[in-house]
Amino acid sequence: MSAPAGSPHPAASARIPPKLGGAAASGAAAPAGPGPGPHQQNGPAQNQMQVPSGYGLYPQNYVAPSGHYSQGPGKMTSLPLDSQSGDYYPGLYTVPTQNVVTPNTASQQPGAQQMYGRVPPAPHVVGSALGSFQGAMSSASHLQTSASQPYSSFVNHYNSPAMYSVNSSVASQGLPSTCGHYALSAVSNASYPGVPYPSLPAGDPYRQQMLTSQSALTVRPIRESSLSGQNTAVSHPSPLPPPPSQQYQQQQSLSGYSTFSWSAPGLPSTQDNLIRNHTSQVAANNNPTNTDSLSRSVMQNVQPPKSSPVVSTVLSGASSTRPPPAAPRPAEPAASVAQPPELSQQKGMQYGEYVNNQASSAPTPLSSTSDDEEEEEEDEEAGVDSSSTTSSASPMPNSYDALEGGSYPDMLSSSASSPAPEPAPEPDPAPAPAPAVPQPSKLAKPFGYGYPALQPGYQNATTPLNSGVPPSSPGYSGFQQYAQQYPGMNQLSSSLGGLSLQSSSQPESLRPVNLTQERNILPMTPVWAPVPNLNSDLRKLNCSPDSFRCTLTNIPQTQALLNKAKLPLGLLLHPFRDLTQLPVITSNTIVRCRSCRTYINPFVSFIDQRRWKCNLCYRINDVPEEFMYNPITRSYGEPHKRPEVQNSTVEFIASSDYMLRPPQPAVYLFVLDVSHNAVEAGYLTVLCQSLLENLDKLPGDSRTRIGFMTFDSTIHFYNLQEGLSQPQMLIVSDIDDVFLPTPDSLLVNLHESKELIKDLLNALPNMFTNTRETHSALGPALQAAFKLMSPTGGRVSVFQTQLPSLGAGLLQSREDPNQRSSTKVVQHLGPATDFYKKLALDCSGQQTAVDLFLLSSQYSDLASLACISRYSAGCIYYYPSFHYMHNPSQAEKLQKDLKRYLTRKIGFEAVMRIRCTKGLSMHTFHGNFFVRSTDLLSLANINPDAGFAVQLSIEESLTDTSLVCFQTALLYTSSKGERRIRVHTLCLPVVSSLADVYAGVDVQAAICLLANMAVDRSISSSLSDARDALVNAVVDSLSAYGSTVSNLQHSALIAPSSLKLFPLYVLALLKQKAFRTGTSTRLDDRVYAMCQIKCQPLVHLMKMIHPNLYRIDRLTDEGAIHVNDRVVPQPPLQKLSAEKLTREGAFLMDCGSAFYIWIGKSCDNNFIEDVLGYPNFASIPQKMTHLPELDTLSSERARSFITWLRDNRPLSPVLHVVKDESPAKTEFFQHLIEDRTEAAFSYYEFLLHVQQQICK
Amino acid sequence: MAFTFAAFCYMLSLVLCAALIFFAIWHIIAFDELRTDFKSPIDQCNPVHALVLPEYSIHSLFCIMFLCAQEWLTLGLNVPLLFYHFWRYFHCPADSSELAYDPPVVMNADTLSYCQKEAWCKLAFYLLSFFYYLYWLRFRLGTRPVSSLHPSAQPGVW
Repeated sequence: MSAPAGSPHPAASARIPPKLGGAAASGAAAPAGPGPGPHQQNGPAQNQMQVPSGYGLYPQNYVAPSGHYSQGPGKMTSLPLDSQSGDYYPGLYTVPTQNVVTPNTASQQPGAQQMYGRVPPAPHVVGSALGSFQGAMSSASHLQTSASQPYSSFVNHYNSPAMYSVNSSVASQGLPSTCGHYALSAVSNASYPGVPYPSLPAGDPYRQQMLTSQSALTVRPIRESSLSGQNTAVSHPSPLPPPPSQQYQQQQSLSGYSTFSWSAPGLPSTQDNLIRNHTSQVAANNNPTNTDSLSRSVMQNVQPPKSSPVVSTVLSGASSTRPPPAAPRPAEPAASVAQPPELSQQKGMQYGEYVNNQASSAPTPLSSTSDDEEEEEEDEEAGVDSSSTTSSASPMPNSYDALEGGSYPDMLSSSASSPAPEPAPEPDPAPAPAPAVPQPSKLAKPFGYGYPALQPGYQNATTPLNSGVPPSSPGYSGFQQYAQQYPGMNQLSSSLGGLSLQSSSQPESLRPVNLTQERNILPMTPVWAPVPNLNSDLRKLNCSPDSFRCTLTNIPQTQALLNKAKLPLGLLLHPFRDLTQLPVITSNTIVRCRSCRTYINPFVSFIDQRRWKCNLCYRINDVPEEFMYNPITRSYGEPHKRPEVQNSTVEFIASSDYMLRPPQPAVYLFVLDVSHNAVEAGYLTVLCQSLLENLDKLPGDSRTRIGFMTFDSTIHFYNLQEGLSQPQMLIVSDIDDVFLPTPDSLLVNLHESKELIKDLLNALPNMFTNTRETHSALGPALQAAFKLMSPTGGRVSVFQTQLPSLGAGLLQSREDPNQRSSTKVVQHLGPATDFYKKLALDCSGQQTAVDLFLLSSQYSDLASLACISRYSAGCIYYYPSFHYMHNPSQAEKLQKDLKRYLTRKIGFEAVMRIRCTKGLSMHTFHGNFFVRSTDLLSLANINPDAGFAVQLSIEESLTDTSLVCFQTALLYTSSKGERRIRVHTLCLPVVSSLADVYAGVDVQAAICLLANMAVDRSISSSLSDARDALVNAVVDSLSAYGSTVSNLQHSALIAPSSLKLFPLYVLALLKQKAFRTGTSTRLDDRVYAMCQIKCQPLVHLMKMIHPNLYRIDRLTDEGAIHVNDRVVPQPPLQKLSAEKLTREGAFLMDCGSAFYIWIGKSCDNNFIEDVLGYPNFASIPQKMTHLPELDTLSSERARSFITWLRDNRPLSPVLHVVKDESPAKTEFFQHLIEDRTEAAFSYYEFLLHVQQQICK
Repeated sequence: MAFTFAAFCYMLSLVLCAALIFFAIWHIIAFDELRTDFKSPIDQCNPVHALVLPEYSIHSLFCIMFLCAQEWLTLGLNVPLLFYHFWRYFHCPADSSELAYDPPVVMNADTLSYCQKEAWCKLAFYLLSFFYYLYWLRFRLGTRPVSSLHPSAQPGVW
């Protein structure tokens, strides 16, 4: 089995020295290198600084991808306009008379596009970016980062050919993500080569669009100046378009020059500037070289993505030639300190030229061209930015700054360009690592090399300043509209940013929040995962937070730092999630690192076309011949454009190397309790009905096999062999030594014996109606099932309704009902016997998973029974007080769960290996599986609803790397008998300061990991220990923050904005069924909640811990989203407190597994009538589980909202309508975790308690 | 003093101690194999289980013998480990039919490193006690143990 995982040890592969050209391996160096004290002064200065650092240090890989991405994604995602702009980049550039301006726009565009595009389609992304506390800041940061990335990419290109390749890969990446995009990109490319010039005129409109996008992003006052400049530029467009030929010439000339300069890889920024100046001058002077430039352009054209950039550069050159707009000029001078004022105009162009030159210098023509293009774009952008900045007031005339700004431009340009903010950030970098890092990255980007990886989110701080200023110019209005269109987080964040000028110097996620005074701590919109502070390219490539999250999106450099932060470090995985889009790769050779067996992924670096460097162990590997061919573009020699390198989530079809035996067929065995108790509960009817309905939908192929067993005090097998006239029941009464009566015909082919199976299913519910057998021999039945399954492996579904009372594995009742509400010791959370665990391990060894459905009205010792599923990678369902008649909601739930359970995807004989960058190690795993070795989980079955958590520890200091990566590889056999490997790769930055660690906390992931740890603690130690540990987690982290990061007075309870929900969530955990004390909780309920915590993926777990509450009697279309032609209202989240419940309202609580609609006593009769279909409150029945389909607007809205919530999760929750006076309301009210109960703190009391603890 | 019961105890201990040292080394190797991925925890833990009980019994036997021989100092040195063994034995998961090493848990980094440390500590302890027993064996056998340190002085003792 280990085959998939490969060799576990990431034996240290030889690390490549941080060379300029190639290796970029030492990411760490890059971040460290920057120490750009001077940069701080101006954007330009920063740029310079960054440049040097960037050259040497940056890992090419990172840079390149980012750059590519930015371009790609912008095109891809985005609104049509954006896409156009992306395509037209060149055109845009040309258009901009104000070269400076245009570049900004261009640069901004990508960022803006990304932002926008993402927002609508992928709320998560947006949310994360914006959402995160940074808000406006964040958006700005994104922009910056994106910009920076491109630069970095450029730099890389310059330095080494490998870089180029990277860039090219980036471009390709963007394309691959969206097929449509691809087409678009291709088209654009094609058009470009042929029609570079024509694009220019068109460019103007695009520019405007871009500007608008920028404005949305920038919104800040500082930018206004720049924007105004831009606007002017826009108006001027006609003049700008000047002859493209000239532009080309300039570029060419530049390129020639640049090659020289660039050839020296490590040139200092100053040198670069000089070079640039020269180039610009040259370009201006050297029109004759046009031919060269043209040829170049042609080359570029060949490479689709790059070609566009080239054009842009040309354009910039043209713009420079023209009379520069007033705005651009000022900027230029400021930007280019070294350069003479006249040059300033040209500078923008020069920058572009630089880029070109760099590209030209790059050895690989194709890659280089692409790189060049990107670079050019960046440069142009930079130039624009610089101009804008200058206009605004930046005194520093560093050409680099301008470049940087341009490069960042997408987003950064606005922020960076904005003179005022930039200076501050720049200085910060040196002292404060976090802020500094981002800026440097920006700076570096222009030069290309910089810190792309490291860019901290903190850079955002600068952006907030900008955001604070309202756009005065009319041109902005367009921008504003954009911003508004993307609702939610952006606006909120931006507004927040505007409010708090203080925070400008720090990322929004670090904004101190006084918890005791913040009354509405819960945001109005759902909390999204924070976006790792990576450059935009990497960010786009990064794994979706739905599949892969880390509790700290900024990984601390050392264990000591982590210990100081007092926060848990770990991963939360949802590896087999249902995906709508998944690149599946069929390839003879799956490219993996030869040393650590890591699968090739977007975060590796290509040293050159033939070699790549592993991002986990740093070994340099050869690129196999087959990998040189890209099946998507049908081109050769672009390994970086392969889908494996363009997507962080891919699936490989594995060869026979990955099999220990031929792929097993799908085998399903149902083991059913038919004792008196079970028959009484009546679950057989539901199950058989459900099975009959879904028999054809069971995942599988023609080999699928199925079998049935029933048991009470004896074990019944069913011979379903094809050819029998009816199912044959075989009874084995010797439960002490179970044997299989006929080993061959008990598991039968589903298709061949379908009629017999249907007969059996129809007969089963009535076969045992008169049984008087009350005993249950679960243990022997499981042993028999194991024997039956062991030749093939597969899935065993066990339905059990009572405590096993016979044979092996019999259990005694351990629960003392009087202790249910004890506040002291809760016992018996662990298993009473090892029988089930041992059996589960045996099952796991035979690739058999046991799924447990416990439908019991009394105590059934789930703590012991659950072991059978926990260690065999099964899943557990629990239906307390199940009765098909008396408890219809449970019956409905079982029915829905079964439907999902029977039809969902399934993977057999799976193993999952989690690898991480050298220096990190796996510490503890949480979930249902068997740990086979330090990083290998054995999963007999994998299902799409299984989540896992991993605790990490930092074994070696990460000082020599700026990025860490995590890769999970899940090798499984699909139900079709295919061996597949699903690979997820997550990339995160490393930080060295405590503040950065706090800024990157993913509070939801942290809570889920803590919950997992607390479950372990309560089993191994005691529940009260676990509760104390949870409280201590809050106390420790907040006090550590207060004493080390925040300088504010200690009398108040201060938390960074990223952690502001931490106390609330912990309180919610303490009131969760699993951990609560003082409230009557049945032991099985508690254990089941613990099982759920262990094996639920994060999204579902968060709803379980902290339900969402909405008011639904006044749904409006404001802020509504459109899903499949339906309008889905988006009511704001309410905090979980009775103070929010008004008698006049109706509220919906989304607990993940259940929905509650609470109807207030004085609820508007119109609502009751329109939505519930009853005339008034009194006539609403006590048990109502459906909303009638009424033809009223409010009913439609309510139903559409609930349907939308349901569609987002695999298990369809049951809806309960709860009247204010009904007894069921306690179910509802126990979820109002902010309120005080007789046994637990209210939220405010809890805060006081925490504060008290901190002050001790 | 000739061949007393105490001397016999030490002699037997010496031999058995060698066995314990072997067990300790075996544990170290086993856990190292686990850590380096060579074996599945299930395969690994079964033999380890087989060795745990003999080890505990042998060590308990020492203690009983030294108690009978009234070697209080030696007994005192061994009692802590004896209690530790008792504690381990009665703190096993669930129904104590299994000893100490629980396959699903043993791969937990904490547990694994704890087990390894434990094995190393025991190895050190057994090695030291081996020489300790050796010394006392000579002491109990020879009438003048001090002089026996100089073989040339009384070659006949041995």
